[in-house]
Amino acid sequence: MKTVIDAHTVSKTFNPNTIPVHAINNVHLHMEQGEFSALVGPSGSGKTTLLNLIGGLDKPDTGNIIIHGIDITKLSPNELIDFRLHNIGFVFQSFNLIPVLTAKENVELIMQLQNRKRADIEKRILSLFKQIGLEDKIDTRPSQLSGGQQQRVAVARALASKPQLVLADEPTANLDSKSAANLLDIMAKLNQEENITFIFSTHDVRVIERARRVITLVDGQIHSDTARVETEPQTTDLATAK
Amino acid sequence: MWLLKLSWKNMWRNKHRTTITISAIFFAVVLSVVTSSLQDGVFDNLIKNVVSFYSGYLQVHKQGYWDERILDNSFEASVSLEQQILQPKNVTGLAPRLESFALASSEELTKGCVVIGISPQRENTITALQNKVIEGEYLIENDVGVLLAQGLAARLRLQLHDTLILIGQGYHGATAAGKYFIKGIVKFGSPDLNEQSLFLSLAAAQDLYSANGRVTSYVLALKNPADLNSTAESVRTKLGGTYETMTWEEMMPEIIQHIQTDKGSMYIIQGILYLLVCFGIFGTLLMMMVERKYEMGMLVAIGMKKIKLMQLLLVESVLTVFSGCIVGITVSIPIVYYLNKYPIRFTGEMAKVYEEFGFEAIFPSSTDSGIFITQGLIVLGLGLLLSLYSIIKIAALNPVTAMKK
Repeated sequence: MKTVIDAHTVSKTFNPNTIPVHAINNVHLHMEQGEFSALVGPSGSGKTTLLNLIGGLDKPDTGNIIIHGIDITKLSPNELIDFRLHNIGFVFQSFNLIPVLTAKENVELIMQLQNRKRADIEKRILSLFKQIGLEDKIDTRPSQLSGGQQQRVAVARALASKPQLVLADEPTANLDSKSAANLLDIMAKLNQEENITFIFSTHDVRVIERARRVITLVDGQIHSDTARVETEPQTTDLATAK
Repeated sequence: MWLLKLSWKNMWRNKHRTTITISAIFFAVVLSVVTSSLQDGVFDNLIKNVVSFYSGYLQVHKQGYWDERILDNSFEASVSLEQQILQPKNVTGLAPRLESFALASSEELTKGCVVIGISPQRENTITALQNKVIEGEYLIENDVGVLLAQGLAARLRLQLHDTLILIGQGYHGATAAGKYFIKGIVKFGSPDLNEQSLFLSLAAAQDLYSANGRVTSYVLALKNPADLNSTAESVRTKLGGTYETMTWEEMMPEIIQHIQTDKGSMYIIQGILYLLVCFGIFGTLLMMMVERKYEMGMLVAIGMKKIKLMQLLLVESVLTVFSGCIVGITVSIPIVYYLNKYPIRFTGEMAKVYEEFGFEAIFPSSTDSGIFITQGLIVLGLGLLLSLYSIIKIAALNPVTAMKK
């Protein structure tokens, strides 16, 4: 198996000069290609901070984070942005689609940032919207989509650059049960079919149940790391997800 | 292209805000264009009035005449010299003058006056002197009569067809004396000219002052007054150091000073206008940055380089400011042209003052394209300068903090 994440002795402290908050404390994390993992823990345990560190949105105070063989802690801010663009997909809790763009244009944006050819973009768009089951909503503005549909577009956007790693911060927090299940189905299918590594930061039991590995964080440290081979991601019919 | 498209869409994401910003820029452009064009128009009109009144745009004298205006500083008029002066294409005509002082006497009264010997026909093409005749007739070439200014005639208690005596000093100290009948009375708005001037035909003046064939100045008419300085330089080069070529600006620096003082106060008003526009644009930028902070953090997080984000916001600002400028200029063009064709007319006391000076009491606008371009560029420049705020904010943007709600 190919290593996707290799993090050693990673620590991050906020407000070091006033009231220090040790958000992440000496964390070691190893993750292989194709994992479907959940980062869980109580509020303030450091889930989002760890996700931000892995995604190169923040830099650790100590330690190294190696993604696809590249130590991202050594990259400059511009190199990090470029690295994220080509290697990591992000799904956020509140969808964060650009309201003035259609669903298609939101997904397209990432590929335009990558300077991809028009024909490639069109092909990829069709394939992504088919995968998320929203071919009929391609030219719809986010405001005209339901929360679940918006989050599926956000997943398509995260996958547009063909990343091997997708980081999802509380992706189901704002969704009803049906939409959450549909979204998880889509991500599980992508995980199985395209071997994309997914890491979720979540409180949601629906996500935890579907994850094959559950990493529990408490006070910025990994409290437990459980592989759940028995819970193979299951998919439901995508047509019902529309 | 996608950047432009996204900027355009972002620009209209909050229609009310964008409309308010564009309206602010629009009003600023219209107001600054119209005020500038009225200001320039009034000054252009003032210059045209003053210049066509007496001095002309350019004058040629013997070197040193302007500092010491005496007949000994006159020069020999000649066809070849006139041809040289007329060589630059912008010079369309010239009128010779012989000017000096004399005592004008009626039966009982004497008063100092300025005697101006003119070529009646050529003078009329430059200063339209004939139009100022209120009684009697205009002079003809080699006329022996005089045109007397109304104020001077009143002081000397003289009327049309009366006789007056002129006594003075001629060329090289010769005695100048003559008896002339009043052929016409002229009226000037300028008190100086109205109280002091007297016109003779050039031949009669040369005879009076024993200055046969001599003149003190050539007054030049120009096709395009905007090319005044280059034309003056061209005439100077052709005539060499024997003659001095002076522009109206050099002869009447007080007019330039008056214009500059007036422009100074107009700049202050325009400055206040620009300041208001700046507040409007800056307020919009502040709101926009707060409103879209989360989105900007997200864009950097998913891989948009900050430089690209800066370009995006810069294009948005340019599009907004540019739209306001274009609409403003488009609307101000017909307004300015209308005010040029149908100028605002002074009424009451102000109109009387203007008319007394022989000026039309109007407030015309200037249609100089430079005004539209300059005002548009100033507002555009201000908009771009203010958009530096958003660029600075993006440079300091941290996606993690920006995405914290």
